[in-house]
Amino acid sequence: MTSTKPKNTKVVSEQHHHPPTTWKTYFTFSTDHKVIGIQYIVTAFIFFLIGGIFAMIIRGELITPESDLVDRTVYNAMFTMHGTVMLFMWTFPVLAGLANYLVPLMIGARDMAFPRLNALAFWMVPVFGIILMGSFFVPGGPAQSGWWSYPPVSTQNPAGILFNGQFLWLLAVAISGVSSILGAVNIVTTIFRMRAPGMGFFKMPAYVWTVLSAQIIQLFGLPALTAGAVMLLFDLTTGTAFFDSAKGGDPVLYQHFFWFYSHPAVYVIILPIFGIFSEVLPVYARKPLFGYKVVAVSSLIITGLSAVVWVHHMFASGTPGWMRMLFMFSTMLISVPTGIKVFAWVATVWGGKLRLDTPMLFALGGLVMFVFAGITGIMLAAVPVDIHVNNTYFVVGHFHYVIYGATVMGVYAAIYHWFPKMTGRMYYEGLGKLHFWLTFIGTNLNFFPMHPLGLQGMPRRVASYDPEFAFWNVIASIGGFLLGMSTLPFLLNIISSWIDGKKVSDNPWRAIGLEWLVSSPPPVENFEKQLPIVIAEPYGYGKSKPEDLVANASDLN
Amino acid sequence: MTQAQEENTSPGLQLEEVNNIHLEGQEHDEEGNSMFGFIVFLLSESVIFLSFFAGYIVYKTTATNWLPAGVEGLEVREPAINTVILVSSSFVIYFAERFLKTDNLWGFRFFWLLTMAMGSYFLYGQAVEWNSLEFGFTSGTFGGSFYLLTGFHGLHVFTGVVLQLTMLIRSFIPGNYEGGHFGVDATSLFWHFVDVIWIILFVLLYIWQ
Repeated sequence: MTSTKPKNTKVVSEQHHHPPTTWKTYFTFSTDHKVIGIQYIVTAFIFFLIGGIFAMIIRGELITPESDLVDRTVYNAMFTMHGTVMLFMWTFPVLAGLANYLVPLMIGARDMAFPRLNALAFWMVPVFGIILMGSFFVPGGPAQSGWWSYPPVSTQNPAGILFNGQFLWLLAVAISGVSSILGAVNIVTTIFRMRAPGMGFFKMPAYVWTVLSAQIIQLFGLPALTAGAVMLLFDLTTGTAFFDSAKGGDPVLYQHFFWFYSHPAVYVIILPIFGIFSEVLPVYARKPLFGYKVVAVSSLIITGLSAVVWVHHMFASGTPGWMRMLFMFSTMLISVPTGIKVFAWVATVWGGKLRLDTPMLFALGGLVMFVFAGITGIMLAAVPVDIHVNNTYFVVGHFHYVIYGATVMGVYAAIYHWFPKMTGRMYYEGLGKLHFWLTFIGTNLNFFPMHPLGLQGMPRRVASYDPEFAFWNVIASIGGFLLGMSTLPFLLNIISSWIDGKKVSDNPWRAIGLEWLVSSPPPVENFEKQLPIVIAEPYGYGKSKPEDLVANASDLN
Repeated sequence: MTQAQEENTSPGLQLEEVNNIHLEGQEHDEEGNSMFGFIVFLLSESVIFLSFFAGYIVYKTTATNWLPAGVEGLEVREPAINTVILVSSSFVIYFAERFLKTDNLWGFRFFWLLTMAMGSYFLYGQAVEWNSLEFGFTSGTFGGSFYLLTGFHGLHVFTGVVLQLTMLIRSFIPGNYEGGHFGVDATSLFWHFVDVIWIILFVLLYIWQ
């Protein structure tokens, strides 16, 4: 408040000093949110491939009923590291990357509120990635207690050294938590305080609403996990009694801390994907997002409900009956705001002039799989069903439909949709369609068989199983390998078109949004001449031109 | 603020249109952003304490052998004195802020230093108490949660004193606080936060025995 010197003049005089963004910029401590966004996305994708190799090893082991491919301890390490890498090093960072890239552009800001903090949060990702990968080389190998790290399994230290796999796991997760908190503070502040003139809350794109809702969850959820992780770390290293029932501790308390964050974390993941669906579907259906305001507000309702559902992960942990009923009810309530969204997307697409480009295919495919995951989710919320299929492959199938079917597909949709904006070049449509069909078929082949397997009673996290489960496991493994292959056309497509793709105009999709009013790729300060003055609601498809969104479209570029 | 907004309005725009729209975000109010972000961070940080408190309450209400063998309970007198000193320092730091707002740098420095002394005394008192206790970090959930709570809070007090030292040193840089004093305001807010946490902690650990 005290310094009132006009910043605009500063920006104008500085803009000529910005070094242009080259490939070298991506290896520096850049504070440009667009560079950081791409740094996040590329780093995360590398870890996606590493986590995918772990998944290939798991599916390779499970293609036969016997434990014959890898040692059982290696298998335990594989499913632990698969889950950890995929969540903490692929899903969270890639979504952080998309939010970083898109949010300032979408709300008409020149950068995030705290650019240096932003860079710091990103550079923690490779640091904890290296720590986690380094745990493969310590005596005793990496953590083997699953991505939940439930005590007492996680408080064992057979190698007898301080820096054992579990210790390094906790350290990596802690640094990941700090990085996510810094990111959340930054994004929430940016959305509240950096919006362009005229950009009221109900003029923000639905994606920004979902990112805001997701980041609020990070802020209230992650600290609970941190608290549990600190206590677990002390149990592991100094022999405190927190979760050690032999010393009067309470192992179930850890489960409460863990799930108080890690269930809402699912909404941290899926909410931005909802946002991506809400952005992509109107563009390729040429219709406004149906019920925009309701879709926007339902994100915040999901945020609120997400704080009161975590015990549904503990129906089989000795939870008393009244608590089971309460959390069954609250969990089922989640289907109301999500159902509203699904209804809105279907209504958006209904009767539209559909254009089935790769982003639209991925968004529609992801939507279908999300609906399937939602149905099994309601089944799992029901206590009797959950007790029956608890710790079986039914649960694994359910959440892979959410996290691969909806989330990874949604991320692909976003990458293809904004690729021309990020690079100024177009991807190859044929390779994109090949990528989609491999992904869509692979996902269903891989994860659908897990449902019958779970209903038949096959437990998760086992390296060997009864031969009666073999049929579905072979199909799942084939689907898994197909998914592994599906990344190849994607990589080929993205790398080759980034280098030598066809150059495109600033708005190849004729999409409505502030990011489409600036050049591709956007200049370093996004809106270098003027900040946009927003005068219309988003999603004016069929009603207005992209330029009608702002009062000063001709002055933006 | 208004002055800056007027200067920001580019001549190429239709003025009526611009005037109808609120101009939030046209100027990047960096100090305001920093304070907003810091408050968001503190809200998030408070959930760690809430989690520890919740854990403590669960342990205390469900334990069969709460106190370790040979331990009668916690002595309240010295910690109560410590509490009074820490809570009073919240008022002292408020005076320091007031002096800075009226550009009285020496008044600011005096009260700021007094806050630091009170915070340091609190840490000293805590260390003396820890030294005299007959139970340790591994003495059941009682010992574990006692040291976890007081230690994690103590770490925050220590951080607060370090921040205060930084702000004090900065006050000797000529003109440092003329452009704004986000650092001082944030440190002060952090200090109040640490105080409130301690009051809850004191009630849970010492009063509710």
